[in-house]
Amino acid sequence: MMDSSGSLLAVDGTPLRRKLAQSMFRSRVRAFGLALPLLAFIIVVFVYPILDFLRQSVYDARFATLMPATSEAMADWDGSTAPTEEMAAALVADLVIAKKEKTIGKVATRVNRELSGTRSLFTKTARNAKKMKPPYMEALIKKDKDWADIETWHAMKTASRVYTPAYIVAALDRKMLADGSIIQQSEERRIHVQLFARTMEISFLVTIFCLILGYPIAFLMASLPLRTSNLLLILVLLPFWTSLLVRTTAWIAMLQAQGVMNDLFVVFGLATDEDRFSLIYNKTGTLIAMTHILLPFMILPLFSVMKTIPPSYVRAAKSMGATDWTAFWRVYFPQSVPGIGAGALLVFILAIGYYITPALVGGQDGQMVSNIIDFHMRKSLNWNLAAALGLVMLVFVMFLFWVYDRVVGIDNMKLG
Amino acid sequence: MAEAQTKAFVEFQRVQKSYDGEVLVVKDLNLAIPRGEFLTMLGPSGSGKTTCLMMLAGFETATHGEILLDGKPINNIPPHKRGIGMVFQNYALFPHMTVGENLSFPLEVRKFGKSEREAKVKRALDMVEMGDFISRRPAQLSGGQQQRIALARALVFEPELVLMDEPLGALDKQLREKMQFEITDLAHKLGITVVYVTHDQTEALTMSDRVAVFNDGVIQQIAPPDELYESPENSFVAQFIGENNTLEGVVKEINGGVALVELDSGDLIDSKPVNVSKPGERTRVSIRPERVEYNKDRLQKGAHTLKAEVLEFIYMGDIFRTRLRVAGNDEFIIKTRNAPDQVRLTPGTQIEIGWMPEDCRALDA
Repeated sequence: MMDSSGSLLAVDGTPLRRKLAQSMFRSRVRAFGLALPLLAFIIVVFVYPILDFLRQSVYDARFATLMPATSEAMADWDGSTAPTEEMAAALVADLVIAKKEKTIGKVATRVNRELSGTRSLFTKTARNAKKMKPPYMEALIKKDKDWADIETWHAMKTASRVYTPAYIVAALDRKMLADGSIIQQSEERRIHVQLFARTMEISFLVTIFCLILGYPIAFLMASLPLRTSNLLLILVLLPFWTSLLVRTTAWIAMLQAQGVMNDLFVVFGLATDEDRFSLIYNKTGTLIAMTHILLPFMILPLFSVMKTIPPSYVRAAKSMGATDWTAFWRVYFPQSVPGIGAGALLVFILAIGYYITPALVGGQDGQMVSNIIDFHMRKSLNWNLAAALGLVMLVFVMFLFWVYDRVVGIDNMKLG
Repeated sequence: MAEAQTKAFVEFQRVQKSYDGEVLVVKDLNLAIPRGEFLTMLGPSGSGKTTCLMMLAGFETATHGEILLDGKPINNIPPHKRGIGMVFQNYALFPHMTVGENLSFPLEVRKFGKSEREAKVKRALDMVEMGDFISRRPAQLSGGQQQRIALARALVFEPELVLMDEPLGALDKQLREKMQFEITDLAHKLGITVVYVTHDQTEALTMSDRVAVFNDGVIQQIAPPDELYESPENSFVAQFIGENNTLEGVVKEINGGVALVELDSGDLIDSKPVNVSKPGERTRVSIRPERVEYNKDRLQKGAHTLKAEVLEFIYMGDIFRTRLRVAGNDEFIIKTRNAPDQVRLTPGTQIEIGWMPEDCRALDA
């Protein structure tokens, strides 16, 4: 049956589409019900905290809450003219309160992020704010001539914005001026972009090494009889039974100057006793340890894809006159590409956020973005910058994911 | 043809194969296949037929013995240099290539030029009537179409020998019958030698010039289909090819090409001695269901008769299938054509059945 618009109708006259939705409703509700506990758990402890934390990368109300009068007075100031007496008065009033409430330290820290060296300016001025008489601008400059510098006021203006791109800008080694324009940081303060580049480089190299080492093993496992391949599979999974920390520290014992590897190199005459290789506490150490730790994540998807490639394909190719290599390269390899895609993506994404291993064996030039995020979380307590770095990384990984989808196709990926 | 028959194109000489060093999968195989023959290796699974095919293709090595192709030993020649076309059970069409690329592959690795490749691919596709499908992917084809492409791909580089490993196993009955005809037709037209492996006896009988029946690593009998069906040389072949009734007994005497057998029920029957040699031997007497007659008027002179009880009557359309109890055997089947004057037997009736002594073969017990 059809109605006037040409859509199919069920026997009782309701559109077939709606009828189908009705009949599927119960099973959909049930499926949703089964997933609900996990969904709720994930939203509460995973999705919400992440979103909340990411908000911090663009949201900072500290200055606005603690210095309300100043923020309001500066709201209309565009930074091109000299600071007004009105702004100075509001500042002095806020400083008096901040001193009394003992919040001046937080304010000073916040402004200091925008312009370093201003911390003491704020604490010092706050101590004397109570005694200051109008005109306040002169009183401030008398206390410290830095108040005459318009940069100080620019820094406050930037800090007073509740929603600010300042942290994201900082995460990209740039800074925002009071008029909203963005310039590069001075040379010696550029660290993040270089760090992102190094993180990409390490992740990329680790992925390549894992592929080079993992492909032959996966190939071997897929072509061996089941009993033997199961044994090999257990060996591949064996590292998962030991803690990540243990595995990483084991590499320290292996690779350090007086460690197993260097001792062997000396024994075999590849290095002299005085001039041993520095294999650890640098990028080499990070690369070696991370390749080892992430290797199973490459082997498993490769293995599960290769297992499904029937041996008759290669046989067919050989029966048609292809040499072993041609049969592999033209017939077997293209069919293992989905496994390579899945394994490489998995390893790369895991590597990009790696933290413990570079922290322990990375030294100076083996540090990655996650290590500096950790630094800002625990040492400098600049959570906003940490969140901004995280956001930049997330966006970048999403971008790579998109590129991967365009180039290889996400459907063309098989985990098993 | 007659001249080519004299010289073997493919030859197995005392070939043995073992996978584990304990059990022989192929035991002392000797087989000569003349040029242009369509030979089928038929047998139950695990009988060694596929192993033989794989040894010929080069994917398995013979543990002992020599395999000759056109007079030259090929044991040490790798598969890609043997120049043997092969059709696999699940077609093994490369899923990441189009039909055209699949067919072009054997020509590319043989370093044919582009224009020559295209011409050959086109000819091969036209041969299997699949010319319009050149740019499709294997996944977009039906089972029968994939089968044809696999066939075309095995033939495109014009091998003289083509091996087929149960190529029709995955098709439904109707399509299978159609393809059986097409494959034999094509093979004869091209004059290629085909070694075909199957466990389907109908397929073996309808397609082959000769059939080699494998069991337990040994060729039980190798003969043209009609000879195989009508004169099985042992009870395995008799049982495996077509339907067969057996009656067990002991040979009483052998006299001038006739063996007198005393059945276990006490009845005495004449039969043709095939592999019984002396009185006192136990034997299985084999009679084909369609050679048994129960209509007295149609019984020929000199036929044997035995008493039988009708147990079951099955109407099968073109034929009637009746199950009888004969000389203590409850599984005695007779088949009769659904002719207008044919009697439909009712279960429970006592009848008399008969057959000619030469249709009744005394085989090994």
